[in-house]
Amino acid sequence: MPEISDTKTTGGRLEEESVVATGPRSAAASDDTVGIAFTGVRKAFGDVVALDGVTFEIERHSRIGIVGPSGGGKSTLLQLTAGLLAQDAGSITVEGETTTQGRLSRCAMMPQRDLLLPWRTALDNAMIAIENRGVSKRDARAKTRPYFEHFGLAQFEDVRPDQLSGGMRQRVSFLRTLMADKDILLLDEPFGALDSITRGQMQEWLLRALGDVPRTVLLVTHDVDEALLLSRTVVVMSARPGRVVTVIDAGLRTEGLSRREIVTSREFIALKESALEALE
Amino acid sequence: MSTRAPEQPAADEMPVELPTPKRTSGWVRFWRAYGLAILFVLVILVVWEMWIRIFDVPKYLLASPTGIVTAMRKDWSKYLMPNLWPTLSEVLIGFAISVVAGVGLAIVLHLFTPLRRAVYPILIGSQTIPIVVLAPVLVILLGYGLLPKVVIVALICFFPIVVNGLDGLRLVDDDFIRMMRTLDASRWAIFRKVEFPGALPSIFSGMRVAATFAAIGAVFGEWAGSSVGLGYLIQASTPNLQTARIFAAILLLTLIAMALFGLVSLLERVFCPWVSRGGAL
Repeated sequence: MPEISDTKTTGGRLEEESVVATGPRSAAASDDTVGIAFTGVRKAFGDVVALDGVTFEIERHSRIGIVGPSGGGKSTLLQLTAGLLAQDAGSITVEGETTTQGRLSRCAMMPQRDLLLPWRTALDNAMIAIENRGVSKRDARAKTRPYFEHFGLAQFEDVRPDQLSGGMRQRVSFLRTLMADKDILLLDEPFGALDSITRGQMQEWLLRALGDVPRTVLLVTHDVDEALLLSRTVVVMSARPGRVVTVIDAGLRTEGLSRREIVTSREFIALKESALEALE
Repeated sequence: MSTRAPEQPAADEMPVELPTPKRTSGWVRFWRAYGLAILFVLVILVVWEMWIRIFDVPKYLLASPTGIVTAMRKDWSKYLMPNLWPTLSEVLIGFAISVVAGVGLAIVLHLFTPLRRAVYPILIGSQTIPIVVLAPVLVILLGYGLLPKVVIVALICFFPIVVNGLDGLRLVDDDFIRMMRTLDASRWAIFRKVEFPGALPSIFSGMRVAATFAAIGAVFGEWAGSSVGLGYLIQASTPNLQTARIFAAILLLTLIAMALFGLVSLLERVFCPWVSRGGAL
């Protein structure tokens, strides 16, 4: 494990030289400041219109939280962004990529359920994206192992997922998403399946793990607190068909503060009130 | 009886340790699992033996358990063992072929949807042909030797393996496949890393069902035309009213099926170690 000393200084960011090239970046990215742009996006499943007329832009390397009632097409929006689904109308541009294949190459998604493969150890789960790029198992393990300590998973490398706690599984899942080394992270209610105490701990942990990582993060949640805590901008969506109701500029100061201090601050509560109002 | 520990939400840093079950010795656990079944069999054997002794049932009508044991000892080297090996090899070769062909076909049909649409209905339809009537046809076609029996065993074992394999591959959670797609997985990587391991438990349950059919297939094959094998021995012993020998042969057939079943279960434990702990797709 020669790389362990490196990781202490790198924070949550995977170092450039430690990751394998993801292929040539498209030159089509016309505007470098726009990460993701939705224009009049519509998606229906049969007669059910999940999203309609969704238009907003996400600045590159910013963190956006999307809140809305359940069944409001939030997850659909993420799957459209990731290129797992194609929109019925409108356009989606992800760092210049407009096709589903192109979008798929730019985004890594962390699902609500941890979706760890039960037959793989924690380490082998976390490295799967590297392996998918054709790196040998041995090298993929060597690249992934050093991050386990940083993620509070040291010594659990060779444990199968069913022996990890919910919070640990979710961290392995997050590490797996990061190891894909995509510029855009899509987090789909990442802590929705956890109990509230673990969820609080995980939010605090994620806040630090994301740190000042220059990535575009799109976080879908039904928890207003989570959205305000973890993102700079909060997009409030309506129930079906999902539309953008309002965009709240959160931008709370989080450096050096604990989760408790942040969520009980006057500023936070005021923002929460306006978000809840928009949700009604 | 739950073997899993309840999740401890507060102790996030701690792994959820499965409580190592109190080190009960192997025998205690064995008796707990199978004790009642063994007792039940013993009761049946005793009642059976008593019945035959009390009512003085003639030996050629119904063999007694002790009579079967005697026949087993007396006929072992001359009748039973020489006929056990041919049947055992028919079962093992036929079963092995059906596993390779069955899993292989399930994979091919899964990966090529149009092919599945074309072949699957025919596959189901073919199962309505009774193997019993196929056996003589195969003997005419393939001769008197080992081959037609192996083919019949393979045919009878093939179906549960294909169907379970296809179901297992098809029922893998779509969320896993979506997750893999966002992690740059090729179609082949998704198959190899997600679908196939996910389908393994299902493939093994198909194999377990097939294991219980295999001996039946071998007997059908031997009845259709053979001069060796336990099925042949049963057939040859019937006109002579060698009832105890017939029962001994039946017992050996049962043991073959049970051994094969046990072998499949053992392989499942080796290849799917995550299943017994409750991990599932």
